[in-house]
Amino acid sequence: MMERSAVPGKERVLYVYRGDDYQGEEVAYRVPVVPGMVVLDALHFIQAHEAPDLAVRWNCKAAHCGSCSGEINGEPRLFCKTRLDAYGSLDIHVHPLRTFPIIRDLVSDVSWNYERAEELVPGFRPAEPPPFHLQQWEVDRVEEFHRCIECFLCQDVCHVLREHGLFGQYWGPQLMVRIAELEMHPMDTASRTDLLHSAAGVGLCNVTHCCTDVCPEGIEITHDAIIPLKERVADQHYDPIAAWLRRLRRPQPTSP
Amino acid sequence: MPSSVRAASATASPTRYWPPWAQSVTTLVVFSAFVLYSFGVVVFERTGQYHNYLSPFFSPPLGQWLGIPFAPAVLVAWIPLLFRGTCYYYRREYYHAFAADPFTCGAPERPERAYTGERAWPWVVSNWHRYWWYLAAIVLLFLWKDTVSAFIFQGQFGVGVGSVIMLGNVVLLTAYTLSCHAFRHLIGGSRDCFACPRGIEAVRPPVRFRWWQRISRWNRHHGRWAWASMMSVWATDVYIRLLLAHIIPDVRLLK
Repeated sequence: MMERSAVPGKERVLYVYRGDDYQGEEVAYRVPVVPGMVVLDALHFIQAHEAPDLAVRWNCKAAHCGSCSGEINGEPRLFCKTRLDAYGSLDIHVHPLRTFPIIRDLVSDVSWNYERAEELVPGFRPAEPPPFHLQQWEVDRVEEFHRCIECFLCQDVCHVLREHGLFGQYWGPQLMVRIAELEMHPMDTASRTDLLHSAAGVGLCNVTHCCTDVCPEGIEITHDAIIPLKERVADQHYDPIAAWLRRLRRPQPTSP
Repeated sequence: MPSSVRAASATASPTRYWPPWAQSVTTLVVFSAFVLYSFGVVVFERTGQYHNYLSPFFSPPLGQWLGIPFAPAVLVAWIPLLFRGTCYYYRREYYHAFAADPFTCGAPERPERAYTGERAWPWVVSNWHRYWWYLAAIVLLFLWKDTVSAFIFQGQFGVGVGSVIMLGNVVLLTAYTLSCHAFRHLIGGSRDCFACPRGIEAVRPPVRFRWWQRISRWNRHHGRWAWASMMSVWATDVYIRLLLAHIIPDVRLLK
C-alpha cells in the first residue's frame, strides 16, 4: 500500500486539552499536514512524535465504533470523521466531551450512559419468539435507530445534561433513541411511557434539535425518536379524551 | 472542567456558513415583529373584510355572528396562537431565541436557574398541542371557504391579486397544519405494527401506513411550512389592509 506523504512545509497547530476533570490546559502541537488528514490522524502523530502520554480513545477509525468522540472548536464531533482541511485557516481546538467527567486528556467517563441503559425496564418483549416474519417497510422505522453508534455526541450537546446537570432526572437523547427502538418495534408488546414520564424524564427535553444536528449517523433524533415518544406520553398522561377512549375499549370484567 | 478551558473553546466551525447565533437572532427579530403586528391587528382593528376578501386574522367571523363590535379577531386569534405557540418547531425556535435555553447549541447557560422543561407551568401546556391542532383544523376549513369566496366577484368567477394571495396563504397553512407532529402521531405514529397480524403476507403497505409515511415526509419540512405560512398570513393581512385604506387598488387578473 502506498503511503501518503506530508505536504512539504505545510503544518497545522492543534490546541489539545491536556489534564483531567480538575485541572488542565490547552497545549499547542505542530503537525505536518497530509492530504485527507483527519483530526484523529493528527492526534496519532502527536502521540507518536511529541506526547506519547496523550490519552485519546479510538477503535475503528471509520466512524463506526463511536469511540473517538470529542469537541472540536466547541462542536461535538468524531475525531476520525473531521478533516483538518475543512477548517481552512481557522485554529483547531481539540477537547474531550465536557458533559461527562474527564478521566484524562481527551477521554471522558461515559459509563453513566451504560448504567441508565441497564435501568431500561421493560426490555424487549416480543409478541412471539424470533425470527419475525415482517415486510421491510414495517421495520424501516426502527432500523433508523439501529444506526446509533453510542458516540454520545448527542448527550454531550444536550443542554439538560450539559448546562443544567439534571443527570438524575433526564436520560438524554441517546437513551431516548434506545427507548424508541424498543417502543416502536413492530413485535414489541411492552409500554415504556410511564418510564419516559418519570425516571427517563422526556418532559425535560425542550426539542431544541441540538442532538440531531450533531449526530454523525444522521439519525433524526428529535423528529423520529423524541417527539413521537413525547406524543405517546401525551396519550397516556395528558390527553383526557384518549384516556376515556382507552377506558371504553378496555374489556369489562364479567360478573360471577 | 476548569473554567479557563471553557473559555478556550472557540465557536469557529467549518460546517456552518452562518454564525450559530444568526438563526436565533433572526427568529427573535422576525417573531417579535410578527407578534407585535398581530397584537395590533387583533386588538385594535375592527374589520378584516374588503368586499369578498377576508383577512385570516378574522376568520371565522365569530364577532360578526355574535354581534360583538369591538376587537372581533380576539375571539378567534387564540386558536392559531396556541397552535403555533405549542408547535414543536416554534418551541424549538423560541426556546433558543427568547428563553436562551440554550441560545445556541452548546452555549453556556446560567446553571443556577431552575429548569423544569415541559413538565411544569407554563410549558406543560405544550403537551396539549393535539387539542390546538383539532381547533386549528376547524379554522382551516373556514379559511378554505374564504378562499373560494375570494374567487367570486358579485356572483361571477374572477381572479384578483388578492384571490391569488389568499389561495397561496391557505395552501401554505394547509401544508403547515398537515405536516404537524401531533397529526403525524394521530395518523399512524402511535402504532408499532401497521400490518399485524398479517406480517409477511402484507405485501402492500396498508393505507394508514402510506398516509403516515406521506405525512412523515411533509413533517421533515414542518419548519419551512411554519415560516412560509406565517409570512403568508402576514402578507395577506397587509394586502387587505392596504385595500381597506385605499392605498392600492385590487388588480383583477381575470374578470
